[in-house]
Amino acid sequence: MATHFAVMVIVIPLMSALLTPVIGWWKKELCYPWAVAVLLVTVVCSIGVLNQVITGGPFSYYLGGWSPPWGIEYAIDYLNAFVLIIISFVALTVGIYSKKSVQKEMPEKVVPFYTLFLLLVTGLFGIVVTGDLFNVFVFLEIGALSCYALIAIGRDGAPFAAFRYIIMGTIGASFYLIGVGYLYMATGSLNMHDVAQLLPELYDSKVVLTAGIFMVVGISIEMALYPLHAWAPNAYADAPSTVSALIAPLMTKVAAYLMIRVMFTVFKPSFFIETIPVTTVLTWMAAVAIVLGSIYAIAQTDLKKMLSYSVVAQIGYIALGIGLANRYGLTGAVLHILNEALTKGCVFLVAGAIVYKMGACNIYDFKNLYRKMPFTMSAFLIGAFSMVGIPPTCGFFSKIYLIMGAIDAGKWIFVAVLLFSSILNVVYFFRVIQIATFEKPMPDYGRDKAYESVRMDEVPLSMLIPIQVMAVGILLAGIFSSKIISTAIQFVIPVGF
Amino acid sequence: MLEYIVSKYNFWAYVILLLIGLYAMVGKKNLVKKLIGMNIFQSAVILFYISIGVKKGGATVPIFLGDAHAAHGHGHALIDVASYINPLPHVLMLTAIVVSIATTGVALAVLILIFRRYKTLELDEIMKIRKDTGV
Repeated sequence: MATHFAVMVIVIPLMSALLTPVIGWWKKELCYPWAVAVLLVTVVCSIGVLNQVITGGPFSYYLGGWSPPWGIEYAIDYLNAFVLIIISFVALTVGIYSKKSVQKEMPEKVVPFYTLFLLLVTGLFGIVVTGDLFNVFVFLEIGALSCYALIAIGRDGAPFAAFRYIIMGTIGASFYLIGVGYLYMATGSLNMHDVAQLLPELYDSKVVLTAGIFMVVGISIEMALYPLHAWAPNAYADAPSTVSALIAPLMTKVAAYLMIRVMFTVFKPSFFIETIPVTTVLTWMAAVAIVLGSIYAIAQTDLKKMLSYSVVAQIGYIALGIGLANRYGLTGAVLHILNEALTKGCVFLVAGAIVYKMGACNIYDFKNLYRKMPFTMSAFLIGAFSMVGIPPTCGFFSKIYLIMGAIDAGKWIFVAVLLFSSILNVVYFFRVIQIATFEKPMPDYGRDKAYESVRMDEVPLSMLIPIQVMAVGILLAGIFSSKIISTAIQFVIPVGF
Repeated sequence: MLEYIVSKYNFWAYVILLLIGLYAMVGKKNLVKKLIGMNIFQSAVILFYISIGVKKGGATVPIFLGDAHAAHGHGHALIDVASYINPLPHVLMLTAIVVSIATTGVALAVLILIFRRYKTLELDEIMKIRKDTGV
């Protein structure tokens, strides 16, 4: 059984998702414990996969015993296992959190919600685990389709945001598919490692060139990299809180993983650095994303919308790390995938908790919120610290690596961009904290009676504990960041960096 | 030049369809037209894949008819790859067609939701309503 962990991570959530409607038809209340149990099993499986990689090195799993390049291969190395752990952990935490939030925001849609939730998780796992280029497309669409449906359940305006996402997501996935088609024309193979071996002789070919560009642009759309980000803020902000907390940390990060996979495993890094200057373009797009994403975030008055623009900015960090294409930059990028998943998970869960209590999340309504919800807002504070990059939160360490990468590459402008973006992060996060902590409602002197006293009004424990777990996770990931790098991330860096 | 276009006509057809689809998705103001554009776009990709499986010179469908040698386990050398078209892209596109149908289904369902909310499917009118209501 232990050897099958790699495939169980896909099969278990997929089959369970198909069983969920049956269970929900029998007893609606069982859907939640069922989904949480399934997610718990996937966490165990991904820990099993990571353990297998750490003890025995990278391995592959042949689906149905068909050896590649004929069959589909699940190729697991440190990067997969690392991202797998992140996905399963965040999904489990959000899954536990979901109970009350789903009951409040969409009471009649509990069964479809958990079905789609598990399907989305399947899609994300699949993209990460598989070693087959076409298989990636299939899982991308499984994830994206359930994502569209989940977003459309959300608040007023969500269906429109979902439709824009459908259009953009389909363009992205189709571009990726065209790229795969061109690679197949050139090499006659779909297996990533097989293609990687066949490609270097063909780097002069225009077909391979086109394939590379189509794939990078397609993945950039899925990743919401700056000029192609237009679908993301509305989709994340209008989705139900639980869904935002699941897709905002994971969807774009998985696309970032795919970008690393395509640029450094399928193609040789030199192809994108020397043959076509994709990395240079990527770094500049990332720099614009970091600055403009943060500025857009400052302009928002809705907490979820602000955090969504923050996602656009943070994706810039990862893209910058990938684009720098040196040891420090890539370490920073991979570490930032972890940080972003934890931090965005944490702050979006907090936003969900605020929506649960207040019904909306306009920042200017947050007065006295710190006294009403001290534990929730403390977690938000930790998330904000991580976003700004204050030690010992994990945001500090990935930023340090990115800055060292930029110095190493001799691109001082990006050092400036990274430092400047920290200031912008301070502006938009501390504005929230300032209103929630220090601002009191204006005294109404004409009134006879005194203020209503502010009472503590925390969210239920089933929501509070996942929020706290995320916050502690941010701190732990920061404190143990050198350990994380030495056990997993250092093996991700391709040879020659 | 003309010969160049004619000899690669499958790619030209796919590129033209792709661009028509892309134009409809980006340029059209009606959401249903955008969706139709998306379908054309996906069909273009599907046709592209199917066309790369074709082999010239009398290649037929990949149905292995069997012969005496194959039955005794010596048949490997006798299968002439050049006489069969490549079935793999076609099989891949079966999956892509399913994906395309599912996407269309979800998109149509979402369009119904949009119509119920805004009572229109014209992009500019929806944007106006969204602006007025502050969503």
